[in-house]
Order: sequence, then C-alpha cells, then structure tokens
Amino acid sequence: MEHLSYTVTAPRAAGGTRRQAIIGVVASGNLEVLAERVLATDTCTVDIATAARGFAPVWQAVIADFVALRAAGGLRLSINDGGARPDTVALRLAQVVRLIEEPEA
Amino acid sequence: MTLADILISLFPMGHVAEERDGLIFGRGTLPGGDPIHILGVVDQTALGVEGALALAGRVLEIAASANSDPILVVIDSASQRMSRRDELLGLSEYLAHLAKALLLAETSGHRTIGLLYGGSAAGAFIATALSTGMLAALPGAHPAVMDLASMARVTKLPIEVLTAKAETTPVFAPGLDNLAKTGAIHAIWDPARPLSDQLAELLTSPAGDDCRAQLGLDRGGRPKAAAIAARVIAEARRG
Amino acid sequence: MTALPSGLSWLEASARQRLAALLDPGSFAEFIGPEQRERSPHLRLFDLPEQFDDGMIVGRATLCRTPVLVAAQEGRFMGGAFGEVHGAKLTGLLRAAALLGRDVLILFDTGGVRLQEANAGELAISEIMRAIVDLRRAGNRVIGLIGGRAGCYGGGGLIAGCCSALIVSEQGRISVSGPEVIETNKGVEEFDSRDRALVWRTMGGKHRYLIGGADGYVADDPAAFRAATQSALGRSPGLDLSMLHAEHQRLTRRLARFGNARDGTDVWSTLGIADPDAIPGLADDDFRHLADACREVADDAR
Repeated sequence: MEHLSYTVTAPRAAGGTRRQAIIGVVASGNLEVLAERVLATDTCTVDIATAARGFAPVWQAVIADFVALRAAGGLRLSINDGGARPDTVALRLAQVVRLIEEPEA
Repeated sequence: MTLADILISLFPMGHVAEERDGLIFGRGTLPGGDPIHILGVVDQTALGVEGALALAGRVLEIAASANSDPILVVIDSASQRMSRRDELLGLSEYLAHLAKALLLAETSGHRTIGLLYGGSAAGAFIATALSTGMLAALPGAHPAVMDLASMARVTKLPIEVLTAKAETTPVFAPGLDNLAKTGAIHAIWDPARPLSDQLAELLTSPAGDDCRAQLGLDRGGRPKAAAIAARVIAEARRG
Repeated sequence: MTALPSGLSWLEASARQRLAALLDPGSFAEFIGPEQRERSPHLRLFDLPEQFDDGMIVGRATLCRTPVLVAAQEGRFMGGAFGEVHGAKLTGLLRAAALLGRDVLILFDTGGVRLQEANAGELAISEIMRAIVDLRRAGNRVIGLIGGRAGCYGGGGLIAGCCSALIVSEQGRISVSGPEVIETNKGVEEFDSRDRALVWRTMGGKHRYLIGGADGYVADDPAAFRAATQSALGRSPGLDLSMLHAEHQRLTRRLARFGNARDGTDVWSTLGIADPDAIPGLADDDFRHLADACREVADDAR
C-alpha cells in the first residue's frame, strides 16, 4: 500500500450542512471516499491509501482538477483505493461532494 | 493418544460407545458415578447431511430428557463433506440444525463439552466443536479453517510467504496453538494427567456467556473483537 | 407482497444503497460509522487495502415504523467475507438486540470466512450463531435477506441456517461449500463451477425456496425485499426444543424425499412440477405462483 496526502486551497466551500458522507466500495478498480466537514472552508485535504504504487503525479492532477471544478472547501477527504482509474476517482470525488450537499435525511 | 486410550483415561469407571459411519455414540460414567453422553465425529470423517442429522437427533433426544446429564462431543473430523449432493440438499441447514441443537441443549441444562483430539475444519468445526459450551483439545489436534496450500491458491501468495507470515500472527494460519490464541479453545489438556480429572475441572467450572472474544484478547490472538462488540452494544443502548 | 418496483437492482446495489432503499427513509443511524475508521488490523500484513467499515454496516432503523437493528455486508469488499472486526460488529449488534428486545435484519452478501484472518473469522461466525440463538430464545426475530453478488456461502450459510426467516431472490445463493471450493477439492466431475446454470439449480434462490430452505421469494428489487421483510416481522420468532424437533422432522423428510436426486430438476420433479426444466426461465411472479402450490415449507420449523 502507498499512502499519499495532499492539502490544497479550495476556491469554493462545500455546500449543504451534512457533517459527513461516504461513497463507493474498496474493490479492484474501485475506491471509497469518506468526506468529513471539519476544516476551514478554504481548505481541502485528501488522504489516500492505494493498492497501486507510483501514481502520485496522477493523483495530484486529479485532485487539482477536482478542487478547481467542485465545491470542496472545508472537506477532509479520506480515500481507500483498490487501484481505480483516474476517471473513476474523479467520478467518486464528484459524487461525494454532491452527497454531502444533500439535505439531512 | 488413540480415541480408545482417550476414552479409557476419561472414564476409568467405564464407558460404552459404538462407532458407525464415522460417528460415535455412547455413554461414560463420571468419577462420581453420574452418566455423561458421548457423541461425535471420528476417523477424520467429513460431515455431511446424514451425519449432521444423526448427531442432532441424538442431541435433541438428550435435551428433551428430564435429567441434566452432560454431553461430551469428541471430534476428529475433516471439513464439511464437499459434494454437489450435500449442497443440493441444503447442507447449511443441516449443519446449522446440529449447532442449534447443541446450543439449545446447553441452555436447557445439559453442559456440552467439546474435545478436539484430531482434525476438524471449516463448517464441520463450526457445527461441532465450536458449538459446544466449552472446548478442550489434546496436543496433536490439528484444526484448520483451511490448509495453507488452499489458502495460498486463493490468496495468490506463495506458500513460503504465508508460512513466514504465520510466524508473526496467529490470526490466519492453521493449528491448535493459533486457534487457542484467538480464544476458540478453553483448555489444552495434559495427556500425562488423567483426562477424567481435567474433564471434571471443566464440568465444575461455571457455564456462562460466550467469553471467547475476551480469551482471544487475553491471549493476544484477537486484538479487537471484544472491544468492537462492546462498543456496538454501548452505541445501541445510547439513544 | 406486490410492491412498486424501485428501479434499483438488489444484486447490483451496494450495501449502503440496499439499506437506504429497504428501510424507512432517514431512519438509519449507524453504529461505529466509517468516520471511526475501525478497519481490519490484519489486512496490512497482506498489503491489502482496507475499508473504513470493514465491509459490515450496523445500526438502528425502522421498517414500516417497526424499530429494528440491521446489519449489511458489502459483498464487493473482500467478497463480503467475515473477518475479526466485520464479525464482531454483527455479534455486538445481536447482543444489543437481546438487551433492547429488538428484531434484527441481516443483509447477507458473503463468500464466508476471510482467509487473511481465517481463525478470527471462523470464531466470529460461531459467536454470531450463538448470539442469534440467544436472541431468538429471548423471543426476537432474526431475518436474513439474501440476493447479493457474493451470495451466502461458507459460514454465512450456517448463520443463515440459524435465522428465524430467510428471504431470497433468484440470484441469492445459499451454500456451505461454494462451487469453486468443491471443484478445487473434488474435481470438475463433481462440480463444474463454470456451469452457472448448475450453480443456480443446486444452490440458487428458486431451488432454496422450493425445498423450504427459504421462506420468502422476491424479485431482485429492494421494494420487494422490503415488503417480504415486513411480512416476516409478523412471523413467530420462537426457538425452543419443540421448534428444533419440528426442524428435525422437516430435514429428515427432505432427506427421505430428495436424498436420491442427482440434480435440482429431479427434486422439482419429485415436488410434482410437470416441467422442471422450465423453472430457471420462469418470471418471478409465475415462479412463485407455481412454487407456492407444491413447495416444502419451513413454517415454525426453522
């Protein structure tokens, strides 16, 4: 397993009021993302545990795109990755941000 | 020790037992003169639908009787019988039926003591040895959830790697010591002492709640099970 | 037992999606949620990825306003297999149910014991079975729902055999030794695991429903599982000696009636089904209609 950690400045704060959201499962080619609203609204951290070593530059690029595109400020994102492709990662990140914006059930 | 030696050492006042189709049924006399039922799986037999049903039937007869005579379950089995026919007939229900019968016998006053003196594995181990109130084992017993060779095939790890990992943790590798460390086995008996004394010690110790997770914690084989179960209970009772 | 289809496949859904679709909206509250990061302490030894809930989600909820405790296995993580933490969450839930006097729903999706922590997983299964027996003796129900990708195999099958009621879909398989395990140990002549039709005929939901191995047969749809669960919550929970005697008679009868069958179709033919070869292709409603007229039932004998 490889562990990666990123702290980035987020131009937009995450919407909604939910404290946390989780999406995805850990399986081959898949990942889970846990989002927790615990940070200052202009900050986003991403902690990754991945089964695929040597992809740090790819992760960095996907996260930069994600933070630029989505409202991720204030979120601590924790990822368990079973070797997902970048497009799957981007999809899960988008899903978890959408989920945490939903009203409390 | 052979099963014959074991039964003689367990019951110096005598016993009768009959083996058929890899199962054993009988009765022994405890040192105080009280009877104890004997049943189990012998000769490394794989437990299939017929065997599970026969054992469960005997346990239910005992459970229905008015007395509280204890039951000794002796085990030297293979795994569950692996066949298309057994699964077609619903082996899971037959094994669960046997487990439930043993668990209910214990709660209706018949102490159930398991004695693992040979092999056992997988579903057969769960339905027999692990469904008794207390499980003892003799040195040389060799329980296994799955053998390392099969495990190597499924996990796609070389057997040398698995063997090396088994040195550092009791949590996955076969063997009596490893299972004892996880809390599955209450006592490993000393074959140099009369087994009758050691059986008496188990029979006089109080029956109680399932304490195997705590045993596993104390013995260093299961670091988290007890605490996790306790935390779920605490969270469920809150709110 | 007709319910409006939800459009979601139980088979394809994740454990969390199943819970959301099965239970009253917004009623689920998780115990030891993923934010607590109680992962398996053993997978790192094998350099394997962990999941924050270890593939077992437990909590409280209501179903049609009845309070229940509920557990769901994620079959795509480690095949839904039982490890130390995964199993201990269910053990704790069942013991909590006994203290609170609650019924429990178990959404099975499991290949059995997780080999990387085999001893802990095997023992967890035994602890769960004992906790179910204790809970049922106290007068509470344990209802198993089986229709996931991983099926209900190995020790999962034994746990299912301790439940007071089982609800299956066609895709729900219940078995101790899985097809691959039988083939690996006994050869392809004994079981060709790639013959999917054979797998369904031997351990699939339709066969289990027909022989009384399951009490409810539903479409691959959370709404159907929900309706059947509601009905199962009305069944007698009892587990006592008379129930076990009844189960003994039921299983003895099954062995006498079907013990010589070589295939699922032989069993179905013995049940009086005129065209057993048509069973696998029948639509769910047609199948249930046909099955209910001739199947073995396990009422008060499970």
